[in-house]
Amino acid sequence: MEIRLIAFGVAKDIMAGSTLTIQIEEGATISTLKDHLVEIYPEFNKLAHLDFAIKEEYVSDETQLNVLDEVIIIPPVSGG
Amino acid sequence: MEVLIDLVEQDIDIETLYQWVLSPEAGSIVAFTGTVRNNSSNKSVTRLEFEAYLPMAKKELRKIVDKISADYDIIRVAIQHRIGILPVGGVAVYIAVATPHRAEGFTVCKYIIDTLKKTVPIWKKEVFEDGEVWVSANP
Repeated sequence: MEIRLIAFGVAKDIMAGSTLTIQIEEGATISTLKDHLVEIYPEFNKLAHLDFAIKEEYVSDETQLNVLDEVIIIPPVSGG
Repeated sequence: MEVLIDLVEQDIDIETLYQWVLSPEAGSIVAFTGTVRNNSSNKSVTRLEFEAYLPMAKKELRKIVDKISADYDIIRVAIQHRIGILPVGGVAVYIAVATPHRAEGFTVCKYIIDTLKKTVPIWKKEVFEDGEVWVSANP
């Protein structure tokens, strides 16, 4: 299935762009997605941590992805 | 409790926000102003660049306020965060809390800024004369 990714901060630099559409197996979780991302962009491994959000809420590694989900890549935040 | 939360592309108007939090029931206004320092890790900073995932940042800020207001009596709270390019000395964030007494004001204000830095999807890039770095990205 197709998942649309939106990146911010350093994630945008790593991906050399703010959006990416990837093909991922049915029933995949955030954890699977993270593995795919690291495979495509090993630089993600160097980050302090990597979080994700769907529908403006943080999601956990176990969260299952659905077709047409828009997943936000949230590298370590640094506001303030 | 009245809450004002915003992320803005223009300079933060501290005076207007301060006036907004004033309330006859308040015995204390505690405010925090985050400003752009001219150095970081022994390097000279020329400017900061902030970006945010706006709808979620506002939601997360509201969650912070809702969580702490369960334990403390807050009359009014204003939180405004700047996004975009900021020069040295610029105001990055302003938080003002009106409470009946000062003790809870200090606690609430500290909780808000400390939690903001951990959970709110806002990213800061430090720009130096010879490069740039996304703050906190790498361990």
